Amino acid sequence: MSALFASIPFAIIATGALVGVAASLLGTFLILRGDAMLTDAIGHSIVLGIVLVWLATGQASGPVQIVGAAVTGLATVVATEALARTRRMGGDAAIGLVFPALFSIGVLLLNLYARDVHIDAHTVLLGEIGFVWLDVVPVFGVDVPDALLWMAVVTAANLAFVVTLYKELKIATFDRGLAAALGFAPGLLGYALLGLTSATAVAAFDSVGVVLFLAFAILPPAAAYLLTDRLALILAYAAGFSVAASVLGYLLAVAWDVSIGGTMALVAAAILAASFLASPRYGLVAQEVRRRGQVEANENRALTVHLFQHERGPEAGEENVLSALRTHLRWGDAKARAVVARCLDARLVERSGQQLLLTNAGRATAREILEPAGRRAGAGG
Amino acid sequence: METLASLAGDYTVRTVAAGALLLGVTSGALGAFAVLRKQSLLGDVLSHAALPGVALGFLIAGGRSFAAVLAGALVTGVAAALTMLLLTRRSRLKTDAALGIALGSFFAAGVVLLSYVQGRAGAGQAGLETFLFGQAAATLRSDVWLMAGISIVAIGLVLAAWKEFSAVTFDPVFAASIGLPVAILDATMTAMIALAVVLGLQMVGVVLMSAMVVAPAVAARQWTNRLGIMVLLSALFGAVGGVAGALISASGRGLATGPLIVLALTAIAGFSLAFAPNRGLVSAALLRALERRSLADRRVLGALEALALQHDDPGYPSEQGMLDAYLGTASGWRLRRLRQHGWVRRVRHRPEEGIHWRLTEAGARRARDARSEERADMRGEGGNR
Repeated sequence: MSALFASIPFAIIATGALVGVAASLLGTFLILRGDAMLTDAIGHSIVLGIVLVWLATGQASGPVQIVGAAVTGLATVVATEALARTRRMGGDAAIGLVFPALFSIGVLLLNLYARDVHIDAHTVLLGEIGFVWLDVVPVFGVDVPDALLWMAVVTAANLAFVVTLYKELKIATFDRGLAAALGFAPGLLGYALLGLTSATAVAAFDSVGVVLFLAFAILPPAAAYLLTDRLALILAYAAGFSVAASVLGYLLAVAWDVSIGGTMALVAAAILAASFLASPRYGLVAQEVRRRGQVEANENRALTVHLFQHERGPEAGEENVLSALRTHLRWGDAKARAVVARCLDARLVERSGQQLLLTNAGRATAREILEPAGRRAGAGG
Repeated sequence: METLASLAGDYTVRTVAAGALLLGVTSGALGAFAVLRKQSLLGDVLSHAALPGVALGFLIAGGRSFAAVLAGALVTGVAAALTMLLLTRRSRLKTDAALGIALGSFFAAGVVLLSYVQGRAGAGQAGLETFLFGQAAATLRSDVWLMAGISIVAIGLVLAAWKEFSAVTFDPVFAASIGLPVAILDATMTAMIALAVVLGLQMVGVVLMSAMVVAPAVAARQWTNRLGIMVLLSALFGAVGGVAGALISASGRGLATGPLIVLALTAIAGFSLAFAPNRGLVSAALLRALERRSLADRRVLGALEALALQHDDPGYPSEQGMLDAYLGTASGWRLRRLRQHGWVRRVRHRPEEGIHWRLTEAGARRARDARSEERADMRGEGGNR
């Protein structure tokens, strides 16, 4: 056990994974509510809280820091909403006005008071996940890295929040009106969500920094959201992606000798890109396949309708041949051949010398277009 | 600390001030369009997305060449905007998630590239970190020339395509209906935000550059409803905030320039938000208070007038206690104020009776005018419906 916690790679990977799991538990709901960019505002503005609490208590991490600095995050949200309510600016401009100001004050205070200490602007911004194993605290006789311990506590808190209020969160996210009618106080739930997001960002800042926190909170749930419609599955996939990003990110970062936190976030981005491209239901490839299928089905229908219109008439001999498709339907040679081949395969059409004849299935397809069920019923009645 | 006069004569300080001026004017003017188009958060994404470009520019140029860094930042900024566009158009993710994804991915790539550069490069890499928070003092004369070139191009573009930009900003549907190439104009205006962001890399840094775009425009918006004036004011505010922040930073103490400029701009925005005529929150509250007062005055005059009419006596003395009961509030201090206007007069009364008031002729006229004004208001509102 103590050997495990003493292992540097384990400490780093576990911390990264916990940041990801804790953040994406909340990030899932933020994405679904359309509040993803509030993560960015919170991430920046907690810098001020971190510095103020540090100046007041001398503690750079731990429970005082997590609760104290999280207040700044929540305050940012409240201030932003209040500004937007004055209707003197859009909600986006309100976000863009508030957090840079708070962040600036935080950075200046760091410049003034914290030149040569553990806490400096660069660390706050980018984090030092590679050094999380340096600060350890004994827990039941085992030395556990400080950051890992507090990330575990925050993850447990987030998990408890999501599990106990799962039903309420779900309804408040998808149908705010219904949640209010049922007495679930969706506004209060929203603030609880954003408060926990702030606390998580504070706990995560010395490992991944305040800006990358956004990547850990948004990228895994977004990737999961492109794969499934079920909320529980989104949460589970996002947690899985976070762990995978942490492990892979660590290995790649060590191999390339680059920033560990950055590489973890970059792997999460790669997972998102893969899910954006290859998701069976919502992916680009699936969309393209579906579109092609539609185009082909339409071409098949066009051919059967063309044959159907002419099969009884005297012109059938010259209309229902391959060459007529080029002039009549204005199809290119290759396209005409491909469509005919497809319809032959699908047994919509048969060939008899040069003539193309409809099968019964083909005739039925044409009738579906020419005599829709609704019109036939209407004509009969 | 040096005096301001010696500061102004200093070569470095003049360079810094010139750069901050260019940056403030350009990002202020371009920011006006971004804020009106509700693209403030896009500015935030583009500024963070400049980081990988900074590192790439450094890697490709093999040194801290300002031009290469700017070009790299512009390219990755535009790439982030395109990523965001692709995600919103071709996936079921909402705009804010797409913005967050573009920001997170590109910034992560920037962090990785930055650590790569620092891991291998020699002495030249030292300057790269200043692009995070900005360092005005590191600005060179040649940097300022480059910034001037970019500013001229950007401002020239705004002036040349003024009508098109304003049409797309306020009513894209109308713009499309009169045959403007909305998609191209859209892309141009987004690229211009990226341009403004790139301009501020040296002074403000990637993390805070979005505020350069948003704050002056929000401030300017409070003073005017006209686009032209708003763009001018925004440029002016940007310039004032930029130069103030840069000079404070350059005067020593090792304070990062970006935060100082941002705070100067936030102060301007806060002042505008509070005190701009009409839209300012304090001004609006004052206006409301004045309106309330005049309404209350009219009610007192109206009550006196009604009593006078009822008694067929234009000089009918009404007892103050009765007025209080009629209006449901203590009216003594209001009546005393109205007396200063010459609209009411205290009337002689026997000591055992309460205080009595009557309308003067001017007061009767005022009450009549107020009534016809109110009727006109109501008719006007009815007509609008």
